Amino acid sequence: MKINEALEIVSLSNPGMVRSHNEDSVAAEPACGLVVLADGMGGYNAGEVASGIAVSVVATEISHRLQQASPVARDVESGEELGLQLLRDNVRKANASIYQAAQSQPQYAGMGTTIVSAVFYDNRAVVAHIGDSRMYRLRGDVLETITRDHSLLQEQIDSGMISVEDARLSKNKNLVTRAVGIDADVEPEIHVHDVILGDIYLLCSDGLNDMVEDEDIQSTLYAMQGNLPMAAEQLVQMANDNGGRDNVSVILVKVKGDFAVPQGWWASLMNWFKK
Amino acid sequence: MAAKLILSMDGAVIKEYPLNKERMTIGRKAHNDIVIDNLAVSGEHAAVVTILHDSFLEDLDSTNGLQVNGAATKKHFLQNNDLIEIGKHKLKYINDQVSQTSSADFEKTMVLRAPVKTSSEATTEASGFMKTQINTPTDAQIERTGRFDVSATVPVAPTSVEVVAPTPAVPAPTVAPPLVAVVQILTGPNAGKELELVKSLTTLGKPGVQVAVLTKRPHGFFITHVEGVNHPLVNGQALSDQPHQLNDHDVIELAGVKMEFYFKG
Repeated sequence: MKINEALEIVSLSNPGMVRSHNEDSVAAEPACGLVVLADGMGGYNAGEVASGIAVSVVATEISHRLQQASPVARDVESGEELGLQLLRDNVRKANASIYQAAQSQPQYAGMGTTIVSAVFYDNRAVVAHIGDSRMYRLRGDVLETITRDHSLLQEQIDSGMISVEDARLSKNKNLVTRAVGIDADVEPEIHVHDVILGDIYLLCSDGLNDMVEDEDIQSTLYAMQGNLPMAAEQLVQMANDNGGRDNVSVILVKVKGDFAVPQGWWASLMNWFKK
Repeated sequence: MAAKLILSMDGAVIKEYPLNKERMTIGRKAHNDIVIDNLAVSGEHAAVVTILHDSFLEDLDSTNGLQVNGAATKKHFLQNNDLIEIGKHKLKYINDQVSQTSSADFEKTMVLRAPVKTSSEATTEASGFMKTQINTPTDAQIERTGRFDVSATVPVAPTSVEVVAPTPAVPAPTVAPPLVAVVQILTGPNAGKELELVKSLTTLGKPGVQVAVLTKRPHGFFITHVEGVNHPLVNGQALSDQPHQLNDHDVIELAGVKMEFYFKG
């Protein structure tokens, strides 16, 4: 099955109830199975600029390259798949673009952004993230966070200093330890996940998970899995009903079919005929 | 304003201690930051570790232990107005720093940076970076990317609240008094059963077949058709694709089962 038929993708971004600006940016390129979400930071409109650059660099560059090349093609030198390589390279490219803009234009000084992005191919999801924007997976009725925030709080949780329950009471929220565009270079965290039919992936800015408990995210995704646009609206609405203190953005990806890349000479031949 | 501990005995305040160091020790011996000269107190009894706006109390294997709000504890994440008891002495924890999450300004995500970070370190930064932050918070910087000036980095002592000076809290969204709503099944094998709508979302039906959800919102309860061939009926009328607000004693019909929605008062 072609990737754009195998995945259903819905995205939604909302300024929330308090902020006048929406500093989040989202994009989806269904033709190459790519989704990207960024939550910008910076004075005046610099946050929007940073997240906008990040999303457009990653979305346009990757979709452009994947029009001509297969994501499973391996690099001769590194042995890495193109899909993974493109994701890493373009997050770093976005970092360089934002960093340069911030250095050269005073009104953008200090701007930065989080990013979470995934490329789906060959029944897998390659996920890159920096900062505290998250990706969740609903499989069956179990919701799991498959990214781990680059935040002070997460590091405290990891080091056993604070429990997950106590972390909700922390006054040290919103301190990210890694961001795009703040330094000359950045290393995105990248993991590859196997994808199963029926999985629902949620990418979101912290405006969702700070306002809505994981339990409510789970029940919404589970109940509304048959109606993805409604699920996205419900998530944003719950964040806003709970105060909507930050911009809230969500991208939902539902796996509706097999999208394995055909292997072997026979498959290649069939593929060639299909063209 | 820094968080502080107020030491008292028999209701009389002895002294206030601002928590202006990353780690402050409490004990009988003179080298402690907070000295309590009483034989019930161990030489080094406890420590308070403060990271930005959060403080943690830790028992240092004391003989007589620690109580917080009446319960014995080894380790405790301190919350405003917590009462620590060591023998006859009491320490009250005060941290009226407005929570970051209660003010729009605080909520601006900020980047916490190590003072020097080379790209080669970046890959393995997590653990080493944490060390820098926690052990020597004064060396670290918080960069308020929410501000216009990139040089406006403020050295962070655990107490330097200038970084996130309190601003007036955001007015809380007006929330109607919580209503208890119930759905009671009227027909079928489950007739008579009651379902209290306590969660923000309650599912009726089965995903993949026929689903409607009941959502609890600040201004009332709504029913929404999610999927399935047949839209549920409310008082005999089929629902559209839009959420429909429920009124007291509305009758819902879903997949042949009738149920009544009402407020419990």
